[in-house]
Amino acid sequence: MKNETQEFKWVGKRPIRPDGVDKVTGRAKFGADMHLPGMLIGRVLRSPHAHARIRSIDTTKAASLPGVKAVVTGSDFPPPPPPVWQAAGEVPVNFRDLARNVMARDKALYDGHAVAAVAATSAAIAEEAIDLIEVDYEVLPHVIDVKAAMKPDAPLLHDDLFTDGVSPKPDKPSNIAKRMEFAVGDIEAGFSKADVVIEREFTTKPVHQGYIEPHACVVDSSEDGRLFIHCSSQGQFMVRQFCARVLDVEISKVTVVPAEIGGGFGGKTTVYLEPTAGLLSRITGRPVKMVMSRTEVFRASGPTSGGATKIKIGATKDGTITAAQATLAYQAGAFPGSPIGPGCMCAFAPYNIQNVNVVGHDVVVNRPKVAAYRAPGAPISEFGVECVIDEIAEKLSIDPIALREKNAARQGTKAYYGPTFGPIGFVETLEAAKQHPHYSAPLGENQGRGVASGFWFNIGGDSSASVHINEDGTATVIEGNPDIGGSRASLAQMAAEVLGIDYDKIRITVADTSSVGYNFLTGGSRVTFASGKAVIEAANGAISELCARAAKLWEIDADAVEWVDGEARPAGDNAGDFEPMPLSTIAGASGKTGGPISGHASLNVKGAGPGFGTHICDVEVDQETGRVSVIRYTAVQDVGRAIHPGYVEGQLQGGVAQGVGWALNEEYIYDKDGRLDNPGFLDYRVPVASDLPMIDTVLVEVPNPNHPYGVRGVGEVPIIPPMAAVANAISDALGVRLKDLPMSPPKVLASLSNGGSRTPS
Amino acid sequence: MPRQHVTTEVNGEPQDFLCEPQETLLDVLRDELHLTGTKEGCSSGDCGACSIMVDGRLVCACLMFGVEAQGKTIETIEGMAEGDKLHPLQTKFLEEAALQCGFCTPGFLVAAKALLERNSDPTETEVRYWLAGNLCRCTGYDKIVRAVMDVAAETRET
Ligand code: FES
Ligand code: FES
Repeated sequence: MKNETQEFKWVGKRPIRPDGVDKVTGRAKFGADMHLPGMLIGRVLRSPHAHARIRSIDTTKAASLPGVKAVVTGSDFPPPPPPVWQAAGEVPVNFRDLARNVMARDKALYDGHAVAAVAATSAAIAEEAIDLIEVDYEVLPHVIDVKAAMKPDAPLLHDDLFTDGVSPKPDKPSNIAKRMEFAVGDIEAGFSKADVVIEREFTTKPVHQGYIEPHACVVDSSEDGRLFIHCSSQGQFMVRQFCARVLDVEISKVTVVPAEIGGGFGGKTTVYLEPTAGLLSRITGRPVKMVMSRTEVFRASGPTSGGATKIKIGATKDGTITAAQATLAYQAGAFPGSPIGPGCMCAFAPYNIQNVNVVGHDVVVNRPKVAAYRAPGAPISEFGVECVIDEIAEKLSIDPIALREKNAARQGTKAYYGPTFGPIGFVETLEAAKQHPHYSAPLGENQGRGVASGFWFNIGGDSSASVHINEDGTATVIEGNPDIGGSRASLAQMAAEVLGIDYDKIRITVADTSSVGYNFLTGGSRVTFASGKAVIEAANGAISELCARAAKLWEIDADAVEWVDGEARPAGDNAGDFEPMPLSTIAGASGKTGGPISGHASLNVKGAGPGFGTHICDVEVDQETGRVSVIRYTAVQDVGRAIHPGYVEGQLQGGVAQGVGWALNEEYIYDKDGRLDNPGFLDYRVPVASDLPMIDTVLVEVPNPNHPYGVRGVGEVPIIPPMAAVANAISDALGVRLKDLPMSPPKVLASLSNGGSRTPS
Repeated sequence: MPRQHVTTEVNGEPQDFLCEPQETLLDVLRDELHLTGTKEGCSSGDCGACSIMVDGRLVCACLMFGVEAQGKTIETIEGMAEGDKLHPLQTKFLEEAALQCGFCTPGFLVAAKALLERNSDPTETEVRYWLAGNLCRCTGYDKIVRAVMDVAAETRET
């Protein structure tokens, strides 16, 4: 299955990552590791109410506490910009809502919503000052549940929110921000051709990205209005733009230096603290550091949507799916903008189905505004779909992999959301899963096996990079995407491959916003693909220049020189006339041949290769406690080409672990007043080492023709299949189909006492 | 309350510092001594990012007051390599890609070293339970557990 036609020197190898030593010695500087002289500490006062009008805020006592240098509330910020939607992160953003999420204006919309902030000479004083701020709230009725929020009599979060996407425009505001629909074929005719039709309802809980590093920044404002921002994020250019908009300053006055990032998974594709720290720094004239506590991370950042979905699929006896329908409702949190779009697009995308109808709703509720989380939206819709497919396979007595294979999207399949797929490797993942020894291994008592697949489209986007040839024959690569999981290594490997020099001779830097051209953020599984393309093109630019310099030294035409294995060789008529000239020689002579040698690229990269994966999961269920343990797991994925297989495997393994947490443990629990009950790692339980087995990976490589080495994004797909794989495995073990996440012990026990027999259809 | 004077040894060197009575040892290490390799992920003892050794015992620095360090010997991630020679666990983590973002890594390395010092031949289950107090959200633990077991095996051979 591997594409072995080309041999590479660096691509496909597992060198040590360039930032590795810094990360195992404690040397690497993350968001909270920056100290500046004279630095103040900022803290945020957050609403204790799920929904409340802010009548007034009295900051006098706080401001007069010795050591307090500034206190700000919503009215100290510039007026929010107009609500224009734009593609700025993995999910669209509008800056009016972003500004109001950073600091509440007239209403607090969730437990944890920022309402004021202080800067003081120590953390202890800042915390004391926060307690001295007096807010007069008028508590309003709130709504937490997505279905309740859609009811006509639900408490309204925004009285100017009218459902987008329905005509005529509704005459009354509601919590349904948007309705969207994708349809092909004739859905009713499709169902009427089916021999078996299964319709099920599912719910998923909001889950947090759970990065171990809390949000952190240091912002320093200068007397002439410039802002220097050091922070951990998934994109320094995103932070620059978002802060410039919220604080109403010109982009050229904002410099963002990317810190190392301690995990993001989509959750760091927006800003929370940076604009507030900027405002506090502007007022005090001193650098201000702000770091969230873990409680604040849970109450006020992320998570992804919880969802309510209804999935209906019909198939003929031979397993051909004739129609598929989904109705999806996603919680957006306090402001519109859940990942309902990708949820709709991905739901049935692994399959070639003639009649499809998907309707999605974006619904505001009194919870923190959702942020992107790994394949945002897709796991919620695909969970239900993959469970129903499994049930159809069971009903028709067809092997679940065979059923998927029969209906699988292939090259040339036109997806219902628009594109026609190029070369894709879904069928190859199914084949590899079927052949894997895991799939036929015997199971013990109380054990079950489930399979599920997943799809994510992947993205490209804007990327810039430079390659500088140094005078001693080494090279410096400048790029602009925070390295969240080994991308410095993969980019440097590609640069080494193109230049034909050793990986060790390349130093790669993730530059600040003033030192490299624009880069869209690290997200959507785009960096190794899109920024990789920019690095390759920049390296090729440097090579053209290297060839030209060699030509000059040889006194022949530049196009009579070719670049092979890191050296210039005379080609064509001149072939063999001169000894090949290595890069180091040309670099050393650059002062005499025209000066520094560099290559640059600023691209809008298109042609991301869609990603597919198929997972096999074994569980063991403790019938007494209801505890489900994952005892064996295999993740198969088409990765296009693995530049650094170690970090590609890591993406699969990490995604699986997060998916297993989503399936079994993780959920936000709110009390009756709409307050988050479990804002800490003790009660919001992410999987720990003893919860998981080894996670086997199989990397299928169907190259993406739109990338020189065939790269496709890999980071998002692996979080999609686990929820359904676990649910299907539980069904195999117990004969009950669980449809509500998380499948925690109480739910498993309840389902057992309800019979534990095969689900009636 | 006046700041307290505390005398300790950190990574083999005598070290004294002043701290507020309510300051955690983690705050002291990070904010006073600028040893920022020890991380804060939760400040409630639930993530292990702040793992350090105090008098040879593995502790969460966020659960100890700075003043409690009086007279104690502290080891942090910054003291793990000897000069420019990385500890075998550090090398193995790099070779086997046992880190992605690297934020949990100092805590895992300190905790894993503590494990291998008391058990040179741990089973996979023992490694998993020993490291269950350290959260990693990136790796799914697979490569971390393998790296620790590989170091144990190689150390036994030599
Ligand atoms: S910061 Fe100490 S355990 Fe999390
Ligand atoms: S490598 Fe990111 S948390 Fe472990």
